[in-house]
Amino acid sequence: MFSFVAGFRQVASGMSQSGEKGKFPEAAGYVGFANLPNQVHRKSVKKGFEFTLMVVGESGLGKSTLINSLFLTDLYPERYIPGAAEKIERTVQIEASTVEIEERGVKLRLTVVDTPGYGDAINSQDCFKTIIQYIDNQFERYLHDESGLNRRHIVDNRVHCCFYFISPFGHGLKPLDVEFMKAIHSKVNIVPVIAKADTLTLRERDRLKRRILDEISEHGIRIYQLPDADSDEDEEFKEQTRVLKASIPFAVIGSNQLIEVKGKKIRGRLYPWGVVEVENPEHNDFLKLRTMLVTHMQDLQEVTQDLHYENFRSERLKRAGRTVEEEVLDKDQILLEKEAELRRMQQMIAQMQAQMKMKPGDD
Amino acid sequence: MADTAKTTHPQPAGRPEKGAEFGYVGIDAILEQMRRKAMKQGFELNIMVVGQSGLGKSTLINTLFKSKVSRRSVMPSDEERIPKTIEIKSVSHDIEEKGVRMKLTVIDTPGFGDQINNENCWQPIMKFINEQYEQYLQEEINISRKKRIPDSRVHCCIYFIPPTGHCLRPIDIEFMRHLSKVVNIVPVIAKADTLTLEERDFFKQKIREDLRVNEIEVYPQKEFDEDSEDRMINDKIREMIPFAVVGSDQEYQVNGKRLLGRKTRWGTVEVENTAHCEFAYLRDLLIRTHMQNLKDITSSIHYEVYRVRRLNENNTHPSDQPNGHSNGVPTHEVLSHEM
Repeated sequence: MFSFVAGFRQVASGMSQSGEKGKFPEAAGYVGFANLPNQVHRKSVKKGFEFTLMVVGESGLGKSTLINSLFLTDLYPERYIPGAAEKIERTVQIEASTVEIEERGVKLRLTVVDTPGYGDAINSQDCFKTIIQYIDNQFERYLHDESGLNRRHIVDNRVHCCFYFISPFGHGLKPLDVEFMKAIHSKVNIVPVIAKADTLTLRERDRLKRRILDEISEHGIRIYQLPDADSDEDEEFKEQTRVLKASIPFAVIGSNQLIEVKGKKIRGRLYPWGVVEVENPEHNDFLKLRTMLVTHMQDLQEVTQDLHYENFRSERLKRAGRTVEEEVLDKDQILLEKEAELRRMQQMIAQMQAQMKMKPGDD
Repeated sequence: MADTAKTTHPQPAGRPEKGAEFGYVGIDAILEQMRRKAMKQGFELNIMVVGQSGLGKSTLINTLFKSKVSRRSVMPSDEERIPKTIEIKSVSHDIEEKGVRMKLTVIDTPGFGDQINNENCWQPIMKFINEQYEQYLQEEINISRKKRIPDSRVHCCIYFIPPTGHCLRPIDIEFMRHLSKVVNIVPVIAKADTLTLEERDFFKQKIREDLRVNEIEVYPQKEFDEDSEDRMINDKIREMIPFAVVGSDQEYQVNGKRLLGRKTRWGTVEVENTAHCEFAYLRDLLIRTHMQNLKDITSSIHYEVYRVRRLNENNTHPSDQPNGHSNGVPTHEVLSHEM
């Protein structure tokens, strides 16, 4: 906020920077702070953007392929897919890979947070604890930096957006999907994505989308809402926003393989019965997803800052005030819980002993 | 008798007239007798389908038998919601083809693998299979028993693997490891129209490797090959499993013919075209060539193992013990060391 004021003063006193004198017509009443957005724009371009995207979904839904397709890069050069036996032992991991992408002078520092192991185990009850902890840790770190003395180089590693991959093979959301989304919808912007959409016919896709939206509202899950286009935007942009909003959840396909179709090389998947084109809007919603992401990167960051981070911050600061009393209460609580557990275990042992006595002796 | 044999069994060329040849007795006519008797009796087949919700199990069964025999078709009011626990639902149909009647029972297992905590989700299924064996056993050891014991034993269990393209999941391994000892498991890759041919081959290789590493024997099991001819045929099948299948009950016009398939913007997947998917191989295996073999292995091997174990458990007179002691969930260790 204070940089705006400084800029205004500078311009008002007639001092222009880097030879922009020609841009200031000497008409009466023109002050010149209309040039401010350009200055902000130039500064941001110099500074570069940061964006953290988290991808969550079961193994084998094409998450890595989609990320590579979206950003036209290979984020996972030495990818190792573990065998089934190893999967049994694994818990959810958090893997963050950062890549610097530059396009037309604009630098983007993109961090993709992957969550391998999610939903793999037979019992997936604890698989999202690790993920929630990671998100909270990033908020915690930012809070700490923000409250510190040197605030010049705060690195923003907070998760700005989470792509949640829904399997196209089910009839809607699975119990795990619902539980996970309910647990993080107050911490991060959720964008649900239907993966491997080439397995659905058009009718199945529409039905699935409707089903998912119904279930999302039924369970009270708050997904990221695209903001409506401002009234002063042009018609085309408004139309684009309308189309985007109507297509959520996006049904996407990813691929980085080039296939020749009608003389052109395009990205797609080659099947014996045809070629699915990634960038064909009639085949899937990949382009829509990409458009949504790039036109709303700023908004996603804003919502993270203004809504999710502020929620976390107020919770955190309130909690810090109450820790002393809570600790004592907690201890009593813990004691009661432990006693209950002990009783339960004793019951179980008694049951097992009774069972063993009843079985026809075959020892 | 010789006359009827002549009309229905085309004689190989060069065979002399009946009765004229010294040394021909007419024993082969028994084949015809058996055939007629079997046709009169009809056949029974019990197939179980296991897999997460939405993998196309009901559609595949309908496609296999070209009629609406699955649970979904019979109970349309049953909405597509995920039940809180695993349910076992049986649906029976009498179907007929060229005078051959078959009582087909499809056993569905909605709720398998759909919960957040899927531990021991194989147990209700194992319990069901053992209950069928138990039922048959009780009939068999009855003092006055029925002429034809109704056979509700599960002859084949089709296990649906989701087409992730990577490898088997822990739940797949758990299930198949436990159940391959009591029933014939035929694993299939469901909704295979999401895999390209290279991805499909890679996936199959990984699956076969995972099965080998975990010592899971799926149908056709190597140890039950009877002779070298069997082994040759079955080896070819073993190189192709799991079959990558696509199911559909809708017909589309392709090249002037009406075919079962799935129509998308970029092409139509033909279900019975072996260049597209392996549904035809699965159908041939289950119905045209190995159906009797599936039933034989179930009754002469899996059932016998169960029977021996049960009879050893109850050393006393078995018929005065009610079903109370039939172990719904036999321990895995007992089975394997009994074998």
